[in-house]
Amino acid sequence: MPHIICFAKQVPDPETPASQFKVDEAAKKVIPAPGVQQVPSQFDTIAVEAALRIKDNHPDSTITVVSLGPDPFRDTIKHCLAMGVDEGVHINDPAVNDADHWATAEVLAAAVKKLGDYDLILTGRQSVDWDMGVVGSTVAEILGVPVVTIAKQIDYAGDKVTVERVLLDGFETVEAPTPCVVTVSNELGEPRYPQLRQIMQAAKKEVKPWTLADLGISAPQNRVNLEALYVPDTSVETEVIEGETAQEKAATLAKRLSDAKLI
Amino acid sequence: MPNGVLIFGEATEDGKLAAITAELSGAAAALGGPVTCALLGSGVEGIAQEAGQYGAEKVIVVDDPILKDYQGDAYLPVAERIAREVDPAVILLGQTMIGRDLAPLLAQRLGTAVVMDCMALSMEGDKLLAERPCYGGAARARYTINGTPQIATVRVKALDAPAASGSAEVVKQDAGVSADQVRTTITARNKPESTGIRLEDATVVVSGGRGLGGPEAFQQLEELADVLGGAVGASRAVCDLGWYPVATQVGLTGKIVTPDLYIAIGISGASQHMAGISSVKNIASVNKDADASIFKASRWAVVHDWKEFVPAFLEEVKKVKAG
Ligand SMILES: Cc1cc2nc3c(=O)[nH]c(=O)nc-3n(C[C@H](O)[C@H](O)[C@H](O)COP(=O)(O)OP(=O)(O)OC[C@H]3O[C@@H](n4cnc5c(N)ncnc54)[C@H](O)[C@@H]3O)c2cc1C
Ligand SMILES: Nc1ncnc2c1ncn2[C@@H]1O[C@H](COP(=O)(O)O)[C@@H](O)[C@H]1O
Repeated sequence: MPHIICFAKQVPDPETPASQFKVDEAAKKVIPAPGVQQVPSQFDTIAVEAALRIKDNHPDSTITVVSLGPDPFRDTIKHCLAMGVDEGVHINDPAVNDADHWATAEVLAAAVKKLGDYDLILTGRQSVDWDMGVVGSTVAEILGVPVVTIAKQIDYAGDKVTVERVLLDGFETVEAPTPCVVTVSNELGEPRYPQLRQIMQAAKKEVKPWTLADLGISAPQNRVNLEALYVPDTSVETEVIEGETAQEKAATLAKRLSDAKLI
Repeated sequence: MPNGVLIFGEATEDGKLAAITAELSGAAAALGGPVTCALLGSGVEGIAQEAGQYGAEKVIVVDDPILKDYQGDAYLPVAERIAREVDPAVILLGQTMIGRDLAPLLAQRLGTAVVMDCMALSMEGDKLLAERPCYGGAARARYTINGTPQIATVRVKALDAPAASGSAEVVKQDAGVSADQVRTTITARNKPESTGIRLEDATVVVSGGRGLGGPEAFQQLEELADVLGGAVGASRAVCDLGWYPVATQVGLTGKIVTPDLYIAIGISGASQHMAGISSVKNIASVNKDADASIFKASRWAVVHDWKEFVPAFLEEVKKVKAG
């Protein structure tokens, strides 16, 4: 009975228009834009999709989603349960509200140990708020298991997984023994969207509320400090190309580019 | 006392010295202290001397068939051993296929942290200030690291490479990794046939987005790129829809490109796309929506339907080229 553990976190909707994206430089925090939702981190729902595809082929699989974060993260767990995940673990403890990536990895690894046997851990290639891309590999190191990063396909076969790993050009096929960690990229495909019936079913699924005390650990030390957060100014002086027709505009742009010796 | 900077140089697939090596050397020299360059791979001994021409005092070359294709299990023990021997204050790797995988593993092995994908580095006393884009490129974050060594990966082409000068002492080391330590196996590699100019090397990139409405439009972009001696790129929306190959995706999770001219057609300008062209000075964009955010970063803005504009532009470019 394969046991797959997925890690998922919640982020401000990454499709927030640039004009609405603001940070509080003193607090070093993003100011939530009005009307912008908190959503599951995109690569994490893709990792859940990868787990569900394995379950489609191995119906006796159990999938657990683990999330570390404050109360609203429950929505992300619920979303994953509605996608078809079997059970959720919500680690919610004020002591790790400001956990950095390494403290997060320590806590998630402790949760994996408490969950017991597992065959596969699936994570996003990077979270879509901080874009760091370290937690999956760090957890693998803590647990002493191999990691394969940036997967676009995962085939599970008991004692091993075969992973197609995205390269800069093309991809490579890597075999790894289980248990192992695989981080998942968007090339895997769209995550399935929960139907109403599934959302209702998800309400009945168990979400374990765990604190650090349940994990038997104290808050891990942060290893990095955020010293500054700001929005860079990327605007340039723009010339809107004038003209009545496409031909006129095309001629003007071609002239500009040729004057600038760019073509 | 940890001292100096250790960098991990890289070779290209065809065995040349990768440009990131010089970029890392320059960054390391600017941070101060002696620079050591580690070069891991198979068949890399021949480029060790060259790797030392950009400011390193010493090149540690580990040339072993087990390091031919990157696998964490093979590279990590070697990288860890070199890091402990050199005992640097700072370690720099490239944000490359190798560095982005190896750096977090190495950081955890050494009980420290890594700041990924940095675009600016400096020292304040003995603290590394590591600055990187986040929130899909919409914001910048600056970090310090509590542990030692302080590790950062550096975005490709984000920092200028110094000119070659000087030479370094080259020291050979054995990998000392046995096959049974490597738990993963690479069973196949699928590389698309390279046709024409590589996106990363092109001086002109013509990129298409979802606004093109379908895969057919890319023929026209290819024709335009051909005439301009450039390459064709795409937004993630296009690659996700299967309109154009994944390898042409420009952006945060695609390629970083640095052409002299980037022509964006039917692309809205999401921060994650702009992350791939953050060092491009000349952007010309075509969008039928005058409020498209791509225009804010563009030197030239064409508010028009691409269907009419692109054929007309192709004719004009041909005229310019014909003199
Ligand atoms: C974690 C994460 C990572 C991402 N990484 C990347 C990445 O690496 N690269 C990337 O590109 N994106 C990336 N994205 C996606 C990004 O957020 C945008 O969704 C994507 O870039 C949009 O692509 P687009 O501009 O082609 O499409 P759209 O946003 O749909 O824009 C289409 C544009 O075409 C214009 N248009 C429509 N019809 C016409 C016409 N007839 N003539 C002219 N103009 C027309 C429209 O006005 C619009 O501006 C990422 C997203 C996330 C969350
Ligand atoms: N707080 C968290 N809770 C659950 N999973 C997380 C958390 N933080 C990171 N992860 C997982 O680790 C991946 C990489 O995150 P990061 O290294 O922060 O970019 C994410 O895509 C998630 O799968």
